[in-house]
Amino acid sequence: MYRQTEIIKDASQPGIEGDMVINVGPQHPATHGVLHLVITLNGETIKKVEPHLGYIHRSIEKMCESLSYRQFIYVTSRMDYLSAHINNHACALCVEKGLQVEIPPRAQVIRILMDELTRIASHELWWGAMAMDLGAFTPFFHAFRERETINDIMEDTCGARLTMNYIVPGGVMADLHPDFQKKTKEFIQLYKRKIHEYDELVTGNIIFQNRMKGIGYLSPEDAVSYGCTGPTARGSGVSSDIRKLYPYEIYDKLEFDEVLESAGDSFARYMIRIGEMQQSIRIIEQLIDNIPEGDFQAKTKAVLKLPKGEYYSRVETARGELGVYIVSENGTTPYRIKFRSPGFSNLSVLDHIARGSKLGDLVAMMGTLDLVIPDIDR
Amino acid sequence: MLTQRAKQVDRRPMTGLESIYLWNILKGMMITLSHLFKKKATIQYPEQKRTFSKVFRGLQVLNRDAEGRENCTACGLCAVACPAEAITMEAAERLSGEEHLYREEKYAVKYEINMLRCIFCGFCEDACPKDAIYLSQTFAPANYGRKGFIYKKEDLLIPHPIEQPEAYKKALGEKVVKADG
Ligand code: SF4
Ligand code: SF4
Repeated sequence: MYRQTEIIKDASQPGIEGDMVINVGPQHPATHGVLHLVITLNGETIKKVEPHLGYIHRSIEKMCESLSYRQFIYVTSRMDYLSAHINNHACALCVEKGLQVEIPPRAQVIRILMDELTRIASHELWWGAMAMDLGAFTPFFHAFRERETINDIMEDTCGARLTMNYIVPGGVMADLHPDFQKKTKEFIQLYKRKIHEYDELVTGNIIFQNRMKGIGYLSPEDAVSYGCTGPTARGSGVSSDIRKLYPYEIYDKLEFDEVLESAGDSFARYMIRIGEMQQSIRIIEQLIDNIPEGDFQAKTKAVLKLPKGEYYSRVETARGELGVYIVSENGTTPYRIKFRSPGFSNLSVLDHIARGSKLGDLVAMMGTLDLVIPDIDR
Repeated sequence: MLTQRAKQVDRRPMTGLESIYLWNILKGMMITLSHLFKKKATIQYPEQKRTFSKVFRGLQVLNRDAEGRENCTACGLCAVACPAEAITMEAAERLSGEEHLYREEKYAVKYEINMLRCIFCGFCEDACPKDAIYLSQTFAPANYGRKGFIYKKEDLLIPHPIEQPEAYKKALGEKVVKADG
């Protein structure tokens, strides 16, 4: 059944007598981290949602100012830990822009392969966690089973399972594991066998669909004005895939579609991520047999110095656009670093889409925004 | 950028049969139950342990050479390279008569790594000119207090290859010993 959310007109005036204020978090299983939501309710209807941030603020931006250009990349794994590799990628791209080094083709392909594997792993975890928020516990284990295979592939090559720290300015840290191609192909086969389970278990389930369709409507105009990116914006039909709009590495030579939905509700955002996993599989399939031979790292100096100036690079993480902005004063450490994290903008839209809907639906909306709190707080 | 490329989701209202939910519940249960008879995806930790890959970056180990002398010369390069500032050390001169203990003329009397700070990036291993530190294929076990995570030199040092050859072999794992650092 299609439920239209209606916006309460006077919801911006809090503290009206009879309102109830409840706190969700900072320690709450549905917020996936230390997010604190102050929710003003009228009965069961949400009048206002105020996210309170700062519980996991580690001042990463400030910290990076005292680290060298090689070191700071690895600290950013701790921002959006589910797409740690893509964060590293963004930073490395920015440093390389300043250094003007040419990345060997092999390194570019390896980076993209790892990026896409990370994206799948991240979406898998989101899928499991979101289904768990809605009360279905089994999908979580299904998701983790497949994600484990990716983690194993990562561990073989990168040396770590979650915070890979594999990218260095100029390329990647080490060459691929000899089994990489074999294992990745096995994973693709496994994934294709399992994906129908996902659809039968969750996507096609009418109970699930009823909880998602028409919930948390975000119009394309609002998605743009709130600065939403990634699947959140694409669910509203806003084309925002950085891989297509501002291609980096060799993404412009690859064949893949930008997944778009027009409905703008939670179900649309859900479908985007399911579709993106398949597109990532498509990218991996194109590259896995065509990894060029050659160096995996360009020659760079031991101590990196960026020429004076400002540098900006952006990549598409699993959650949206991640921008890295470096101001260099010709030193060995950045003068200032700013990260434009996708999660922050995506969270800011929560109040807007939640107003007027029921408290029970809030978890579904939060789930489809795919929030990673360390990414929002940094 | 607004586009018209988006595809439409089926948004018909539920049929009467669908609104009973029974079929969907059964279908979900069937998938779940069918996994009872499939291969298990889990392993029985702690009886069974998975092995880490050869390049896994785990707990640091301070290396000794084949004669059991400590490699580290307390040059501090690892501490400089460390992004997390996890390493602290104190250097001392080797006295005569200690040649069987330390390979270089300078050695570290105190060498500590704070495992709560360490991000297991492997920069210390890269930076070391003497092959004195490497990351092994284990991880730091749990502890009751913060103090317990500050690993002293005794905790980090690899067992003596001549006095405890068994333990040395085990600690060395997949690591290839280079003749000179
Ligand atoms: S692994 Fe990295 S963070 Fe840990 S001690 Fe070595 S250099 Fe420091
Ligand atoms: S471990 Fe290596 S880099 Fe660190 S102080 Fe010892 S010799 Fe120097």
